[in-house]
Amino acid sequence: MTTVATTKTTLSSLTGGELPRWTPWAVLAAAQALGLVVLGTANLAGAIVSGVVLYLVTIAALSGVVEGRRKATDRLVTSLVVAAFVIATVPLVSVTWTALSLGLRRFDAVFFTHSMAGVVGEGGGALHAIIGTLLITLAATVISVPIGLMTSIYLVEYGRGPLARVITFFVDVMTGIPSIVAGLFAYALFSMMFGPGHRSGISGAVALSVLMIPVVVRSSEEMLRIVPNELREAAYALGVPKWLTIVKVVLPTCIAGIMTGVVLAIARVIGETAPLLLTAGYIANMNYNLFADRMTTLPLFVFTTYRNSGGTDVTDLDRAWAGSLVLILIVLALNLAARLIARYFAPKTGR
Amino acid sequence: MMILMDDTATGGRSAGSFQGKPRPGDRVFAGTALGAGILILVILAAVTAFLLIQGVPGMLADPADAPTTLGQSASFWHYVGPLAFGTVWASLLALLFAVPLSIGIALFISHYAPRKLAALLGYVIDLLAAVPSVVYGLWGITVFAPAVVPIYTWLNAHLGWIPLFAGTVSVTGRTILTAAMVLAVMVLPIITAICREVFLQTPRLHEEAALALGATRWEMIRMAVLPFARPGIISGAMLGLGRALGETMAVAMVLSASGIVTFQLLTAANPSTIPANIALKFGEAGYGLNVNVLIGTGLVLFVVTFAVNALARWIVNRRKDFSGAN
Amino acid sequence: MSKRIDVADLNVYYGKFRAVEDVTMTIEPRSVTAFIGPSGCGKSTFLRTLNRMHEVIPGAYVEGTVTMDGENLYGPGVDPVRVRRQIGMVFQRPNPFPTMSIKENVLAGVTLNNRRMSASDKEELVERSLRGANLWEEVKNRLGLPGSGLSGGQQQRLCIARAIAMAPDVLLMDEPCSALDPISTLAIEDLIGELKANYTVVIVTHNMQQAARVSDTTAFFNIAGTGAPGKLIEMDHTEKIFHNPSQKATEDYITGRFG
Repeated sequence: MTTVATTKTTLSSLTGGELPRWTPWAVLAAAQALGLVVLGTANLAGAIVSGVVLYLVTIAALSGVVEGRRKATDRLVTSLVVAAFVIATVPLVSVTWTALSLGLRRFDAVFFTHSMAGVVGEGGGALHAIIGTLLITLAATVISVPIGLMTSIYLVEYGRGPLARVITFFVDVMTGIPSIVAGLFAYALFSMMFGPGHRSGISGAVALSVLMIPVVVRSSEEMLRIVPNELREAAYALGVPKWLTIVKVVLPTCIAGIMTGVVLAIARVIGETAPLLLTAGYIANMNYNLFADRMTTLPLFVFTTYRNSGGTDVTDLDRAWAGSLVLILIVLALNLAARLIARYFAPKTGR
Repeated sequence: MMILMDDTATGGRSAGSFQGKPRPGDRVFAGTALGAGILILVILAAVTAFLLIQGVPGMLADPADAPTTLGQSASFWHYVGPLAFGTVWASLLALLFAVPLSIGIALFISHYAPRKLAALLGYVIDLLAAVPSVVYGLWGITVFAPAVVPIYTWLNAHLGWIPLFAGTVSVTGRTILTAAMVLAVMVLPIITAICREVFLQTPRLHEEAALALGATRWEMIRMAVLPFARPGIISGAMLGLGRALGETMAVAMVLSASGIVTFQLLTAANPSTIPANIALKFGEAGYGLNVNVLIGTGLVLFVVTFAVNALARWIVNRRKDFSGAN
Repeated sequence: MSKRIDVADLNVYYGKFRAVEDVTMTIEPRSVTAFIGPSGCGKSTFLRTLNRMHEVIPGAYVEGTVTMDGENLYGPGVDPVRVRRQIGMVFQRPNPFPTMSIKENVLAGVTLNNRRMSASDKEELVERSLRGANLWEEVKNRLGLPGSGLSGGQQQRLCIARAIAMAPDVLLMDEPCSALDPISTLAIEDLIGELKANYTVVIVTHNMQQAARVSDTTAFFNIAGTGAPGKLIEMDHTEKIFHNPSQKATEDYITGRFG
């Protein structure tokens, strides 16, 4: 009998007042309902926002009375933290929904097989912009990857002392260069070489390279550092020269990570608009030559068609959204590819 | 057991000699790697040099010679001043929204969401960074700006006595507040990523110590996580600021700018930003001194972002020295 | 292809810090020499100077001479890469190349050095090396699978196979069993006993019983205190070191009265 009594007192000292598990959900539902009733469905956003505020106040007050001040603060913060996440998803959902609903209107065969050459009114497409984006991004990748990869190899495998520190610092600086400044640089460089007002695909690629190189250096550097020193030592102990050790042991071990980093770097620069506005420009026709004349890219296509619409012309707006949708899909595909590479090309452990 | 080994097995090397000619492969490879590193320094020097060569003439230009850009201004500095103000003002407003939200999101992912969900939620936030800025610009001007007009009207009607909300409300919603909110969405993933990382690095022992003292989850975060993460949060915010300062298209498309200096958030007359101004004026500037003026403003932007980023890196590096987390 | 190593007045430095002081010793061919001593006494550092692997660590350098059958490892014009092709090494933790199969791991020394070899020679070398490492029977049916899929003890024997495929004159082993379970350790110890028929084997170990079991000669290294360099205290037949050492420090260490 006594044992039972003791257990009971212990229990009661350990359990304070506690709200049932369903309370937050019930309060949230009630607050939202009240918001809708008072403000009506006409102002849906306003109703939801007031409902959330009402929920926060109520749950804090309720918990304060039943569970004490500390628990109440905890509940309030939990709700705020969840709210922060939900708020962040609102623009994502809105952008996705708008791009899908408006972009699909012109997501047709004509859009992918025609340029804007001679198009007045309806019709026309973004083939020239898609080709331009692919060419310029490819050129930027061809420039950036060797420089970025070799620099990261220098920093990890060879770099000691002040020079390595200086390079590391300036790679950081390069990461922070605003994209429009990269565009101004490429413009200034090419107009000093080929005369003022020069426009070409390659100058756009150079501008993108300035933005891409530091990203490639950073990601490859990280991957090279993950390769255990034991593998390098194993190769040295077999009498393998340092450069062959790097090429045949270190790089194959982390090649998946490096490729992932490169693909992500491509995904980052493929949506750049500002530097290309100053360097590659816009043209309605096809242009397959990187080294002569203006070359349209998808972001520029979106920007220019929006400008042409004056904010009202539905034909142009639909084209702009279709272009945006294509751009988003390309970036998503690249991100997905990066993930797949990381998963399927990682060294097989066999365990 | 017998192990028979002879030299032919390894391709007949000359046994017993350590002497050999230096391998060209090693020298070429090391030289190339070093060359690539130095090339980066050269590129950066070239960026600075070309901006200086092309920008300085614009900075010293007589307004009469550069009518499209300096037409209304007494000098280059009168021209760039309001733009620099607009750039900093819009970016700070963006941080005002983005930093608290980012901390909240990062906490949600690191300490609140179920483990299995956390990676997925992190990916959702990363997707925000994947959307190209021109798409944000298009979305901002066609969807977001019209949507916030009712809120602006309400703010102006009820809180108009606060100078920030005074003036006549823009009918299009293309105000600096809208631009700042779009900027906030764009820098959110950057700040969140860094916060999330430092939150996850919090020593498990500190967290458990706090919980063992009977702390609630929030008290544990306040006692163990936030103090540990503060330098990381600050540097994340600075990197976000650097990104916001340089962001071009979203502002260029969303903002209806008139190049004035004002703190009013809701009116149709807004300060422009340096990058947006370059993007919008570059076409009509043609070439000649007007372009030099724009490149000069780009140089100012470069210097400002460089300072902000350098400060952020310095904070990060100082933190590395003092914490055992690395 | 077993060779004798003579070390004379060898000092090893890490930057300004002297890690090993004045070592002079002779390592006999076709025998197993064990280095024992407390942690930080420089025995692993010293082992690495026998095939110039210490040069991988920035700032490390040596004074003195190491000669193998009369040829100085540190003479002018000597290429450390060539030294390592003749003096193989096995490390504390098994480190097979994760991107390579078992077969490719054995052939790594050949292929990484871009040497040409016919397919039949390769097959023969793989089998001979794996037999030499007592691993052939266990892996002959899965030569194409990743080497990192083997157990720890098998991985370590794979690393030994990889080292002996290069047909070295000397085999250095840096605590080869410290990451292994007792059964795997026994397999490696048996293998060491067989290897000495053809190679000069030098092994660093923390385990005195292991030194007593596998070695013919034992060298005891000691350290005066933190910051002081490690020294060779005594080197003699293993029997003598373990039963009748001439130095008091050795006896204290052997009998566990150390520290």
